[in-house]
Amino acid sequence: MQSEPILELDGVYTDIGQYHILRGVDLHVPRSTVTMLLGRNGVGKTTTLRSIIGHWRAREGFIRYDGMDITRMPTAEIARAGIGYVPEQMGVFADLTVEENMRLAAVSGPINSARLDWIFSVFPALKTFWFAPAGNLSGGQKQMLSIARAMIEERKLYLIDEPTKGLAPAIVSTMARALADLKRQGAAIFLVEQNFAVAKALGDFADVMDDGHVIWSGAMSRLSESDELQQKLMGLSLAGN
Amino acid sequence: MTAAPEHTPTMVRRTVSELIVPFTPLCMVIFLICAGYLAIGIPSSWMTLTLSGLAMGMMYFIMSTGLTLVFGLMDVINFGHGAFVSLGAFVGVTVLLQLGAFSESPVLWQNIAAVLLSICAAMAVCAAVGWGFERLIVRPVYGSHLNQILVTMGGLIVAEQLIIVFWGPEEIYFSRPEMLKGSTEILGATVEKFRVLVVSLGLAVFALMRWVLRRTKIGLIVRAGVEDREMVMALGYRLRLVFVGVFVAGSALAGFGGAVWGMYQEVITAHMGNQALILIFIVVIIGGLGSVEGCFIGALLVGLMQNYVAFLAPKFALLSNIGLMVAILMWRPMGMIPVVKAK
Repeated sequence: MQSEPILELDGVYTDIGQYHILRGVDLHVPRSTVTMLLGRNGVGKTTTLRSIIGHWRAREGFIRYDGMDITRMPTAEIARAGIGYVPEQMGVFADLTVEENMRLAAVSGPINSARLDWIFSVFPALKTFWFAPAGNLSGGQKQMLSIARAMIEERKLYLIDEPTKGLAPAIVSTMARALADLKRQGAAIFLVEQNFAVAKALGDFADVMDDGHVIWSGAMSRLSESDELQQKLMGLSLAGN
Repeated sequence: MTAAPEHTPTMVRRTVSELIVPFTPLCMVIFLICAGYLAIGIPSSWMTLTLSGLAMGMMYFIMSTGLTLVFGLMDVINFGHGAFVSLGAFVGVTVLLQLGAFSESPVLWQNIAAVLLSICAAMAVCAAVGWGFERLIVRPVYGSHLNQILVTMGGLIVAEQLIIVFWGPEEIYFSRPEMLKGSTEILGATVEKFRVLVVSLGLAVFALMRWVLRRTKIGLIVRAGVEDREMVMALGYRLRLVFVGVFVAGSALAGFGGAVWGMYQEVITAHMGNQALILIFIVVIIGGLGSVEGCFIGALLVGLMQNYVAFLAPKFALLSNIGLMVAILMWRPMGMIPVVKAK
């Protein structure tokens, strides 16, 4: 069982209103690895994550997580099966304090203090602003809270949508350290990321999307080493990053 | 890559105005009470009007608080809420009349027990009917405001007719429990005894709701759900169950308010919930959708304003609350303490 991928998408089609966004997405995320989902804006990366977590339903195809078919499963059950989700807009509850956000994220009971200490060691700002309304945090601190919320309980898979978008380099490095910690603990991470330096540093594998489907899958090292491949797949050279 | 710097924030000393701003809605209640004092001029009359206005406000709060949560969390415009007010009044009064030995007794605790039992019965029946109402009428129209208005309005009409079928078309007159009749003197002002009980019940409901919303996990889920339903589900909570729970609780609170409202008026009709619905919506809009605290302050403002204007300029009593709503919406278009953000 352990050799099976933690997540598999098989011919997934998702529509939003009258638009066909995903047009047969096939990909898999191996266990205990970081898999990057890359591609230009508007090719369906966020829709892929939202289809996995169940916010948008796949019209066709199958989504399997840890051997279970989760294609039609309610979002809450998908999350309880061990998937942590960090949306692009962070999904922080602005009117709740940082402490309340974290307490809410601990679905199975009280917050595990050892895990919280680890989170504080990764994101010290959260300790400083523990009782402050989350709406008062800066953009970077909100992103830290969003990721910390997903980390507060052990998950087998994390779906993270552009965690470093618009953040200062120092905060980006903190994020990268947190994700590397998660990977070391044995979790799989499926990460949408535009920052190629982060993608190169963290990614084991990459899937490149275009026009609603995956056009290339392989080792991240292969993609990062080949300017030609980057040019061909994404229409730009990432070598300068 | 370098590590993020340690966060040692320095806080700016806040100005007096910044400290006051969060309390502005509460200050409005105090301002209105002071303005009432200046306009009325007679301390005993002002005190009587203020206490009765607060009691009215408490009743509006009890009737409205369920609606604001239902709207805030579930994004459902429930015109059927008025039906639960009427149903609560009929069930409550029916039980009160059945408890004649207690309600006619000259012992205060027995009278209060009769009132509380009637309220509990009203809440239980409204909760059960609310559960059926959510399943049969509201659930098929989640996400469509126009359909919600149409079907819940239809539900209100059907419920009123069913009340007429069970209890008859006539108004039902009755008397309050023995020791809750008449008035008492507080600080030189004459206040109806029943209103004192209503203020106590309203404060208890407010304190309980605040405790549930602020201190319990279910309260956290509800508050978070009002902000971002999708994210609450993505954390692993079955929001559908929470929806049902909130709808049932909202219906029970409407029944609570209806029972108290009926006992206060000493007459009940099938249409009383429908008639109260406009005021309930005004309270919810003034307070800010989804906010229990806003609803509480909005209800107090409506109750006080109605009483003061009825005393000072009876012809404008009906317009006073509309005027209050317009003024507050011009000042704060999302209501005093908005919780629901644009979705």
